[in-house]
Amino acid sequence: MCLAVPGRIESIREDQGTRMGKVNFGGVVRDVCLAYVPEALVGDYTIVHVGFALARIDEAAALETLQTFAEMGLLEEGLAEIRGAAPGDDPVLCPLPPAEPPRR
Amino acid sequence: MKHLAEYRDGDTARRLAAGIASIVTRRWAIMEVCGGQTHSIIRNALDQLLPPEVELIHGPGCPVCVTPLEMIDRALAIAALPGTIFCSFGDMLRVPGSHGDLLGVKAAGGDVRVVYSPLDALDLARRHPDREVVFFAIGFETTAPANAMAVRLAERGGVSNFSALVSHVLVPPAIAAVMESPGNRVEAFLAAGHVCSVMGTLQYPPLCARYRVPIVVTGFEPLDLLEGIRRTVVQLEAGKHELENAYPRVVTEEGNAAAKAVVAEVFEPCDRTWRGIGTIPSSGWKLAERYARFDAERRFAVGGIVTAESTLCRAGDVLRGAIKPNECPAFGRECTPRTPLGATMVSGEGACAAYYHAGRFAAGQGERP
Repeated sequence: MCLAVPGRIESIREDQGTRMGKVNFGGVVRDVCLAYVPEALVGDYTIVHVGFALARIDEAAALETLQTFAEMGLLEEGLAEIRGAAPGDDPVLCPLPPAEPPRR
Repeated sequence: MKHLAEYRDGDTARRLAAGIASIVTRRWAIMEVCGGQTHSIIRNALDQLLPPEVELIHGPGCPVCVTPLEMIDRALAIAALPGTIFCSFGDMLRVPGSHGDLLGVKAAGGDVRVVYSPLDALDLARRHPDREVVFFAIGFETTAPANAMAVRLAERGGVSNFSALVSHVLVPPAIAAVMESPGNRVEAFLAAGHVCSVMGTLQYPPLCARYRVPIVVTGFEPLDLLEGIRRTVVQLEAGKHELENAYPRVVTEEGNAAAKAVVAEVFEPCDRTWRGIGTIPSSGWKLAERYARFDAERRFAVGGIVTAESTLCRAGDVLRGAIKPNECPAFGRECTPRTPLGATMVSGEGACAAYYHAGRFAAGQGERP
């Protein structure tokens, strides 16, 4: 369901018994839960969905996906979602582009 | 809106499409189950790149769209309770309930907050011990590990003012329901790549065998989708019905063992009503008995919910693949992303919103130029 955005793991820590880390998404760094990628190390790439890393992927595949997302305009949407992490902002599970008027 | 012409791999995409055209000998109807894939297909006009024999039917894989009306109404009632902070993914806020939406509850003074991750909701609960913090836990198998972890951490950390309103749905039972629905035209499926990154692929071969349909696990980028479609057509033309993984850089056969273990601990299967479709047996997850005290449905007794669906909206027909969004009389008229009658017009994953944003207003613009 919907996008998982690739990012690079910058650091790993234990937070109240949970494996957490900082993940860099094309320049935007966010806290991500790494509990589901116990094998992942700093420098590895992972795909992240709603703040959780779901799978480790190789660097070439991650960069390819990031480039494709950037060209499709999806990266800005994904990053807006990730940036808007503070409660009260308006990130969405799968962001919509701004509504355009009907062209009839 | 970017189109394939602007896309670096446009030539590769056209070659893949030409490859599909060279092997196809008759009409085939293929369903992409996942709403994220629908979004990518329409946004990049991949369906119009395909030979006319290959029709893509958009499936019910948009969790926002299929969350049952009764659950939306329950969310609205809980969110309006004094002392409650109601947390949701952003695209649920405009989903119409029987009477209004979460945005309306917020405008009327309810404390409704958008979160990026369920852990943000848990964090709010820790910081506001005097308030009840409720998280609207929707999603398919991709989102379930995150939502399950939030509940598990609430239990481990003794965060007793946190609860989850759970409305999880599952892909394999939906595939079975599509195949068993009267008048079904779907002959093959693209399975959702990120769902399979969690669950693996082992649930699908029995469906291939039982319904004699090819199922190809497919990613979200234009080339991933075209390659998934190409492999599906190869199987259809050869009369095969096997599970294939066209997204191996993310999906393994066994999936994510750690995530599956936490999901199995926190959730248990249940029957689930899908908005616009009806009840599908064992098609959802609810909180397991051990975590029942974190179940917002049990914690907040909001009774007397009487649901009323829009009489104009044909989202159910869209979700079943019976009509294309622009074949609904209300599409782009009474129903727009700003004035949605159904959830399929709200979410970025919804087929109606995808058609609207791609400017496909006339019926017949659905399949090909």
